This record gives sequence, structure tokens and C-alpha cells, in this order.
Amino acid sequence: MKDFFRRRGTISLLGSLLSILAGLLLGFVLLLVFNPSHALSGLSNMLFTGLRDMSKLGKVLYTAAPLLMTGLSVGFAFKTGLFNIGASGQYTMGSFFALVAGIQFQLPWYVAVLLGMVGGAVWGAIPGIFKAFFNVNEVITAIMFNWIGLFAVNLSLNNMPMMIASYWGAVTKERTAKLADANPAAILPKLGLTESLGNYMNIGFFVAILSAVVIWIILSKTTFGYELKACGYNRSASLYAGINDKRNIILSMTIAGALSGIGGAIYYLSGTAQFTIVKSLLTMGFNGIPVALLASSNPVATIFSALFVSYIQVGGDMLQPEFAKEIIDIIIAAIIYLSAFALLVQGVIAKVLMNRRKNCAPAAREEDDRC
Amino acid sequence: MSEYVIEMLNISKEFPGVKANDDITLQLKKGEIHALLGENGAGKSTLMSVLFGLYQPDAGIIKKNGEVVRIDSPNDATALKIGMVHQHFMLVEVFTVLDNIILGAEQSHMGFLKKDAARKKVLDLSEKYGMRVDPDALIEDISVGMQQRVEILKMLYRDNEILILDEPTAVLTPQEIDELIAIMRSFAAEGKSILFITHKLNEIMLAADRCTVLRKGKLIGTVDIANTSKEELSRMMVGRDISFRVEKGPFKPGNVVLEVDGLSVPSRVHKKNAVSDVSFSVREGEIVCIAGIEGNGQTEFVAALTGLEKASAGSITLNGCDISHASIRARSCAGMSHIPEDRHKHGLVLDYTLAENLVLQRYWQEEFQFRGFIRRDSVRKYAKRLIEQYDVRSGQGPETIARSMSGGNQQKAIVAREIDKESKLLVAVQPTRGLDVGAIEYIHRQIVLQRDAGKAVLLVSLELDEVMNLSDRILVMYEGRVVGEFDPKQTTVEELGLYMAGAGRKGENTAGRADA
Repeated sequence: MKDFFRRRGTISLLGSLLSILAGLLLGFVLLLVFNPSHALSGLSNMLFTGLRDMSKLGKVLYTAAPLLMTGLSVGFAFKTGLFNIGASGQYTMGSFFALVAGIQFQLPWYVAVLLGMVGGAVWGAIPGIFKAFFNVNEVITAIMFNWIGLFAVNLSLNNMPMMIASYWGAVTKERTAKLADANPAAILPKLGLTESLGNYMNIGFFVAILSAVVIWIILSKTTFGYELKACGYNRSASLYAGINDKRNIILSMTIAGALSGIGGAIYYLSGTAQFTIVKSLLTMGFNGIPVALLASSNPVATIFSALFVSYIQVGGDMLQPEFAKEIIDIIIAAIIYLSAFALLVQGVIAKVLMNRRKNCAPAAREEDDRC
Repeated sequence: MSEYVIEMLNISKEFPGVKANDDITLQLKKGEIHALLGENGAGKSTLMSVLFGLYQPDAGIIKKNGEVVRIDSPNDATALKIGMVHQHFMLVEVFTVLDNIILGAEQSHMGFLKKDAARKKVLDLSEKYGMRVDPDALIEDISVGMQQRVEILKMLYRDNEILILDEPTAVLTPQEIDELIAIMRSFAAEGKSILFITHKLNEIMLAADRCTVLRKGKLIGTVDIANTSKEELSRMMVGRDISFRVEKGPFKPGNVVLEVDGLSVPSRVHKKNAVSDVSFSVREGEIVCIAGIEGNGQTEFVAALTGLEKASAGSITLNGCDISHASIRARSCAGMSHIPEDRHKHGLVLDYTLAENLVLQRYWQEEFQFRGFIRRDSVRKYAKRLIEQYDVRSGQGPETIARSMSGGNQQKAIVAREIDKESKLLVAVQPTRGLDVGAIEYIHRQIVLQRDAGKAVLLVSLELDEVMNLSDRILVMYEGRVVGEFDPKQTTVEELGLYMAGAGRKGENTAGRADA
């Protein structure tokens, strides 16, 4: 039995590694196509930037934190059979609530994070309510609420002079105030980690990991998680078992929204990021989708997929100015896309191993009989 | 030229942990109807999948007309004129009958479909074999029996000579079964060969020329139907004697447990009521059976009774409490167990483990949770007890994913869960649909045990054998109404059949089946 698990573990690890390798190869080919002279240095930048020095590692963790939150958000909803494409809007609302708490009301960081969570939760709950009571597909509502959220936030910020950087002595009017100027108490604690891991480092990543563990416990250990997954796998059977599916749909979307909301809060309460008033949706919410898919929605695996995506992104940033920003995005997308083939590759490896096992079938069968 | 059109010689196929086919030989003559008999998990479907190219055998060869052939994919099988109707139909619901028939073999001209010739061929075929279909009807609008005709026409359209039918009668009404058998006979008379997978002995005796019996992946033998009996076949299939009659204790009805009064349920399809003004009661120690042809309101009635759907009028009283508007869980807590009609849709969460499925109705009870956390140990312990007690067989015990279990064992798991709930009323809807005789015998015994133990049982069934064998009282449902109540000792299958067809007691000629 032990042998079997070890083998299965090996297969899935090997599968992931091979897929990532294939993704990197494709990335390299693209680098060659776009700018051959810098292709090699570009690849090494992508691969090793994250580890080159501690501050870059800090940046990887810093970017991974919100990615992990939106990834959890999408993955959690997936487990309940819902597609939370509204993570972007929930993330935006979370950011807005947290920043208003921190700047407008001068509240400390922990209250700001909690309010960010509430903001996201409300924005997640709405599509859930529509789905549960009016059977409106959550994807439609969530997409609309992405835009509603974005413009509501932009409108509010334009009418809240205290929120804007210029109020606090800066030049720009398109961004929210620097927390260092407006309310240092709203910046997430850095626990002295800035010494070793650079300016970007704060407790955000640990908050995200904690959330992942909590979500894992909810899904795999509680009756609530049992109900949610039952609804996700088979709504009719959960109905038959007397599970209140309407309640679960709303709760699931609310929790998913809360997770995205925390993501927005911890990103903008880092003290290094400022919310910019633009007319495009925040990509962090959408990036949660590949993060969740890479991890097959498993909360613990999401930690690693978020780290991986963040690592590639931080590496990708170093490709400028030899490569255009858009091309870097294409390359990153290609790498992530191929990495998602891990499951497929695992299947192939398992098949190859099976075939080999068949050739020495008698021995293998004896082994099986023992366990 | 060889006597046989198809020969599968010494076929072996192994899956991790199971030898699904072990050295099986099956020879199909030209123009014969050959039955393949075996319990669930005996390896019938695997063997047919090998023939149809879905699996590659580990050992053994396949010959067509005496020549060795290789069948690597269903395309190869089609090229060899082998066609298969799967148990779960492979039809595109939103396409028309004609589109489904030509799908994959469609003729086109410059990218445009040429359907006229196809339409003519389909109409000719349906004319020739008396299989009436409307080529322009959508699949989702036609009955299951019609859908099966479409599947059969699909094979005929491709000029297949060897027709494999996987459990073709599982979804049909008695009349449709008779029609199907007649159609099969006309195929055989034309020189086509038919392999049909089944575990219904009556049909084999009625339709087949020869029968090959498998048990646990091994070949037990091939027999001529003319020289065998139902009892012998069942002994070959199960390995022991099977009793076709269910032993029941004396009939001692007690207090009324379930009282249904004037229940009406609106239909989802049309404007009329699917169930109208149904009233009856079920007492302790009594099996009341609702008989009827599929689609006469039984499904809607059970949905309203168990709370899955809302009734528009009437009341339901369980143990003296009015549960007409109670939630599903409240009804369950009030003492109602429900073995649902569709075990995959309602009965099980297929991606959950067996243990998780066994506590589907109870996971929230004190025994299985502590402050919202599931007590894995007690769940596993409980599952182990049920598995042992109700003989649910599965690969990895409580940890088996329900999807990977055989249909019979899935159903046993549901029966175990619902019976073990200590309820007052057991609602069992077609509890033996699609199961083999061993499992049917087992489930019938469990249901009778419940009755003998003083529980009230409401059985909804389409199988007249089952109705006659199990029930203490029979209600016949026709077009949403209860049209008659019978004592099984004083009625006949023919009389029931008449009522089921809506003819009533003063009907002229009996249209019921003589063989049932």
C-alpha cells in the first residue's frame, strides 16, 4: 500500500514537473521568436529572478498572497459546483472597503482587513442570492457585478477627496493615498521580515496561507463542507438528502467573495500598492482562475500554484525592456497554460508505467494481493 | 466459410485488481439471437466492449467469418458491420431523430448535408421492420422506447450485420418489450446476428436461440434455450438455486402509518395535473404497491410524497403528523425512508466514497458530527457495519468511490442506508430496476423483512412479477389517478394489465401479457 502511494505521488510530481518544463520550452521558443538576442538571458531571468536575492523572493511571496486568495475563492466555489468569475469585482470591493477603512476612517489594519472581507463577501453574496432564488446563472450576475463594482468604486473614489493621494501632498490624482502618509497604522505588520526579505514583505502571505488551511478544514472536515461538496457534485442527490441547497449556494458565494475581499485588502494594505482609478477590471481576480485550476481546486495545492504563478510573473517583469509588456504576458500565459496539462501528463505516465507493469504482471499482482 | 460470423476465442481482459474476462469464448452463428447472461460485474459489458473495440483484450483473438480480425476502435467495429446499442443511449438530445441516425455517417456535398437520401433510407427501414418513428421529432421529446428504436435504426442505417444490444429491455414497458422481441426475430430471420446482454431470464427464454452464461469473469457455458429451463439458467448465472417466490410472514396489518388524502401534483410538461386526487393509506406490516405503466404520475407522486416537489392540493399524514408542507429533511426525521427511482441522480453522490454516501441521510446527527466537524471514525465504523450487514461489495470497502461500484452494489448501499435509518415508512421506487436476479432476490427479501418487522412499505414498481410477489395490496395508477385497488391473491396479471392500460374492469378482450 505504501509503495502504491509513493508511486502515485511520484507520478503526480513528475507530471507537474514535465508540464512546467514543456511550458518553459514553449516560453523559450516565444522568446526566441520575439527577440532572439535576448532569449537566453530572458529565460534565465524568468527562471532565476525569484531566487536571485531575498528581496525578489519577498516580492514573489507578496504577489502570491492576493493570487492565493483569489485562487482559493474560485476553487472554493468550484467545489460547490459554482463558477465564481466575479472574483475580480469582489477583490475590487475588498480593496475599496479596506482602503476606506484605513484612509477615510483612520482605522488600524486588522479592522481594515475585516472590512475588506465584508466588502468582498457582500459582492459575492449577491450573485449567490440571484442564483438561489431566481435561478440566474451566477456567471452572468458575477460578470455584471465585476463592472458594477469597478465603476461604483471609481465613482466613490472620485467623490472622496480624502482618499486620493493629492490630498496627502502627492501630485497624482489617479491613485489612492499612500498609507505611509495617510495612516501608517493601516499598513500590514512586517514582523521585521523587511530586513531579510525586502520592502515588499509583510504578513499578507501568512494570512493567505492561514485562509487556505481554514478552507481546507472546512471542505474536508466539517459537515458544512460535506454539504457544499455534495451540492457541487450532485445537486439532486443533496436535495434528496434534505440539504438546503439555496442556503449553501449563498453561503458558498459569500465565502468565496470574502476570500477575494481579503485578497484585495492584503494587497492594498501592504503599503506599497496604491489603488489606481482605471476603467479596466483588475486582473488579480481573473488570475485566480488558473491558480485554482492548476491546483484542481485543492486549497493546499493552491498555495503552491499561487507561488508558481507569482514566481513566473515576478520573473517575467525582469524581461522588460527587451520585451514588450504584452509579449511577456503572452509568454507567462503560455507557461501557465501548458502547466495545467499536468493531469494529462500524469495520465500518460501512469499508462506507460501500467504497460510496463503488465509485462512483468505476475510479480506485480502478487504485490497487489499483499495489500 | 465458418459456421460462425463472429468468434471471440479465449478472450482475457484484466483491470487493476480484477480479472474482468478470464479465457472466455463466445461464438455467434449467422441469424441467431444469442443471449449473454450474467450478474452485474460478471464481465458481460467488458466482453462486448472488447468486441466493439472500446477495450483491447490482453489475450485471445476475434474472428469474423473465420478470419482473424483486429478491432482497435469502434470505427473498426463499424467497418466490420458490428453495431452496438449501449444501455445508456448515445443520442444527441437536441437533434432530430434523423440527425441522430446519420450522425457520424452523414453524406454531404461541398460541406452541405445531403439528408434526402438518408431520410428515404430511414423511412424505408422503419417501414420494413415496423418500427414507426418520426424522423423530425427531437430526441428529448420522444419516449425512451422510441429512443431505443432510433438507436436500432442507427445500426440498420449503417447496414450492420452483427447487432449488440446492451440490456435493451431495462427501460421498456411490457408491451414495448414484446415489440422489441418481435423486431429482433425479424432481424434474425433476415440473417442478421444479435447478441443481447441481459439478466432477465423470461426474455431469454422467450427470445433467444442460445445463451452464453458468465459468472465472475469466467465462462460457465453456452446452452441451447430449447434444452434448458429458467431454473437451470439462473443456477448457472448465480451458482446456486434462486427462489422466484418471496417467502412472506403472515399478514398482520397494524395502525395506519401513512395517510394520503386528495393529493394533486401539477405537471411540469403539460397544464393538467400529473397526479390528481390520490387518496390511500398504508398500515404497519403491510406492503402497498403502486403499479402502472411508466409515466402515469408515479414519479411525480413520489416526489410530492417525499418533498422533492410541491403538491398543489391534498394532505399527507405520517404517524398522525401532517407533513404536507414539511421539508425533505423534516419528513425524513418524521420517519420516512426513500429508495429513489434513479439511484445515480438522487440516491448517491457518485464522487463521494461509499462511507460518505452511507451517511448521506444522517451525517448531521450527533453520532457522526461534533460541533460541525465530521467524526470520521464513527462514519467509517458505521459504514463498515452496514457493508458487512447488507453485504455491499466494493473494491476498497468504505473508501471506494461510489461511481466505481457495480449497479447492484450501489443499490444495496442505498437500501442499507434507508433501511438502517429506523424509519416507520419505507418508500421504495423501482428498487430492483436494472439489477440481476441475485440482487433482486436480496432486495426483495430485505423489503419483506421490513414488512414482517412491522414497518409500512410503499412500493412503486413497473414490474408485474414484483408487484404480484411482494404486495399485500395493489393500487393501479393510470393518468395520475388511482383507478383500482386489488388483492394480489384475487387478481390476475391480465386484470392488472387492463387497468394499467386504462381499460377498467369491464374491458372486453384481455390485452395483458400471458407470459408475465
